[in-house]
Amino acid sequence: MSTRTRPRAHPDDGSTTYREALREALREALTSDDRVFLMGEDVGRYGGCFGVSLGLLEEFGPERIRDTPLSESAFVGAGIGAALAGLRPVVEIMTVNFSLLALDQILNNAATLRHMSGGQLGVPLVIRMTTGAGRQLAAQHSHSLEGWYAHIPGLRVLAPATIDDARHVLSAALVDPDPVLLFEHGSLYNAAGILDPSVRSVDLDRAAVRREGTDVTVVAYGGCVSKALEAAEELAGEGISAEVVDLRTLRPLDDATFVGSVRRTHRAVVVDEGWRSGSLSAEIESRICEQAFFELDAPVERVCSAEVPIPYARRLEEAALPQPAGIVAAARRVVS
Amino acid sequence: MAEFTMPSLGADMDEGTLSQWLVHPGDQVARGDVVAVVETAKSAIEVECFHSGTVDALLVDEGVTVPVGTPLARIGTSAESRPTTDRPPSTPLVRRLAQDRHVDLAAVHGSGPGGRITRADVEHAEPEPARAPEHDKTAGPSQPIHTGIRRQPGTEPARRKRSGSGAEAKPAPPTRSTKPVRSDDSTGERPAPPRVKSSPLARRLATELGVDLAEVTGTGRGGTVRAEDVRSAPAAEGAPRPAVPDMARAATARLMSRSKREIPHFYLSTTVDMAAALEWMHARNRELPLSARLVPAALLFKAVALAARQVPKLNGHWADDGFVPAEEVRLGIAVSLRGGGLAAPSLAHADTLSVVEVMAALKDLVARARGGRLRASETADPSLTVTNLGDQGVEAVFGVVYPPQVALVGLGRIVERPVAVNGLLGVRPMVTATLSADHRAADGATGARLLTAMDRLLQQPEDL
Repeated sequence: MSTRTRPRAHPDDGSTTYREALREALREALTSDDRVFLMGEDVGRYGGCFGVSLGLLEEFGPERIRDTPLSESAFVGAGIGAALAGLRPVVEIMTVNFSLLALDQILNNAATLRHMSGGQLGVPLVIRMTTGAGRQLAAQHSHSLEGWYAHIPGLRVLAPATIDDARHVLSAALVDPDPVLLFEHGSLYNAAGILDPSVRSVDLDRAAVRREGTDVTVVAYGGCVSKALEAAEELAGEGISAEVVDLRTLRPLDDATFVGSVRRTHRAVVVDEGWRSGSLSAEIESRICEQAFFELDAPVERVCSAEVPIPYARRLEEAALPQPAGIVAAARRVVS
Repeated sequence: MAEFTMPSLGADMDEGTLSQWLVHPGDQVARGDVVAVVETAKSAIEVECFHSGTVDALLVDEGVTVPVGTPLARIGTSAESRPTTDRPPSTPLVRRLAQDRHVDLAAVHGSGPGGRITRADVEHAEPEPARAPEHDKTAGPSQPIHTGIRRQPGTEPARRKRSGSGAEAKPAPPTRSTKPVRSDDSTGERPAPPRVKSSPLARRLATELGVDLAEVTGTGRGGTVRAEDVRSAPAAEGAPRPAVPDMARAATARLMSRSKREIPHFYLSTTVDMAAALEWMHARNRELPLSARLVPAALLFKAVALAARQVPKLNGHWADDGFVPAEEVRLGIAVSLRGGGLAAPSLAHADTLSVVEVMAALKDLVARARGGRLRASETADPSLTVTNLGDQGVEAVFGVVYPPQVALVGLGRIVERPVAVNGLLGVRPMVTATLSADHRAADGATGARLLTAMDRLLQQPEDL
């Protein structure tokens, strides 16, 4: 099993935070490849809105750690141009909410140029952005829209859920000759754990089974993986053995892994911080039904966010999001 | 006004001939009454009516063949006299529930919005068994029960309303009774069995294990039959499987199509002198009690099993583009089923059994295969199958390999033939043994070894 990502009070015991793991990955990429540079709002002097790029400006200089104006469309477009020109830009958009300002660039240029140029133009661009709620940042900074991006052909959409994935996902993403979107869940930045030295890379084509089980498959990704694991722990106490699948890549979906798991457990709960209607969870449930209908022993359950703008008030925010208790209850329903 | 339609009396039936009317216009009929005789491709079947009321008109004459679903008669139900607005509003699901539980919806107080009768209202209403048959008409005259749920505009099944958009959707409340939702007020056969709620996996398992879902008590939500319930169902043993012939035929069809599509067959044939074997058998039979007496098939099967052990390259399975030899000789015995289709129950360790034991096992297996009461262990993949059509009078059978096996031995009738033996012409009992084999797994030389080994073994029957 991979490293559990849980916030710790004193991360000075050799453990690494998710934030530090991402920074280390950036540092490695900047060091090993001259074509790599980072740009975005406040990534330089401020050290990144979430502190991921803290110190990188001093280390690599303003040519490679570039602060940009508040214009998502402009700097994502610049990133696409740089990628077309042979560089390997990493563009940081503060949150997924703001990325919608650059959606035209992402969908109409980055994702489509390969196709529209008859394969002549690739856009080897990595866009990092924060997603998800749980930190009382209210609706305009808290939504989980990665499912929208997972809808778009031409993009690869990643959601690292563990320290190990955070540490190694960037190098794998930079190898991809086409645009890759990296969704970092905001609640994970402070999560800490010991990096597994045996893990040297991330297989972007494969979902990961984070915990093995026999009674129910819990499919989750990003910030919900740790909640799913917590729920699995509680279920284990009741004698229900839950298998937790971390999607890791939201597009293309590794359905072989989660459908394979459902074939063994015959029951499924899909956890998705997006809104239920038209969500990624709907796609996953649909694939399970398409590919393993006759293996199902109960209807697939979904645990999603309430279909409201994510509230600011803490209790309300907690109530609106998928929580371990909800996952446990859903698992009980499909098993009992 | 209700319509009595040509029922579907089997998955493969698409039309039927109305051979006889048992009612006349003006007759009163109750649900479950036999009203007509229908001739299908298989047999004449008495058909019950699923409405109560007065026969208004017969729409199809005797002797006429019509497609399934064609209206055969109009039946005036007494529910028609009641204006539809009098009926308390309820959803199709609730009406069905009421029907199943013999609850008269007219007598139920609706607690839902606009006086709508909810599921809970029906569950709380006390059934009145004495008046049960009368209540069917409250289900709505235009709703034949076998069509299941039909949605009407503006109404939704009650369960629907419960799934909110919240993070934790509440499950539908369990129904009071854990019995599967089905009506049990009719006697005898119905045109189409009522739908039993069951999970897809449970359905698949029920088919595999030969369990009748209608006999299983569901423990899932709302009485849904789950895999667990099917596994713990007592069925299988004792009760013959429902609809064995159709299912068996379909399964055989699939398997054989696959075999001919995927397996490059080659065929070998040889004739085996059975004189020594039969002489030994007759001598042996004199010592054996009548019930244990041997037939030639027992010797032949035993010889095939021993030959398979000597030629392991044909005893096993083709899997993942390669031949996997079996660890034991698990002899499949092709048994033709009554009504069509084939079963190939397997005889484990056939090579280690004595001829008498093979004989006993054979009798037992064939009887139970035809009764549809095979045990799961006996349906496990055989490593080599034998098909014996000698008792059907043919002299040779060139079979089709059962995938994933790689070979099949065919045996014909033992016939007396003039044969040259030691330079002299004599009359000997001869049997034609054939081998159908997968050319991917083996070549003719290997196949020849199997048949000659069999021949050799049958010349030393005392060693079998």
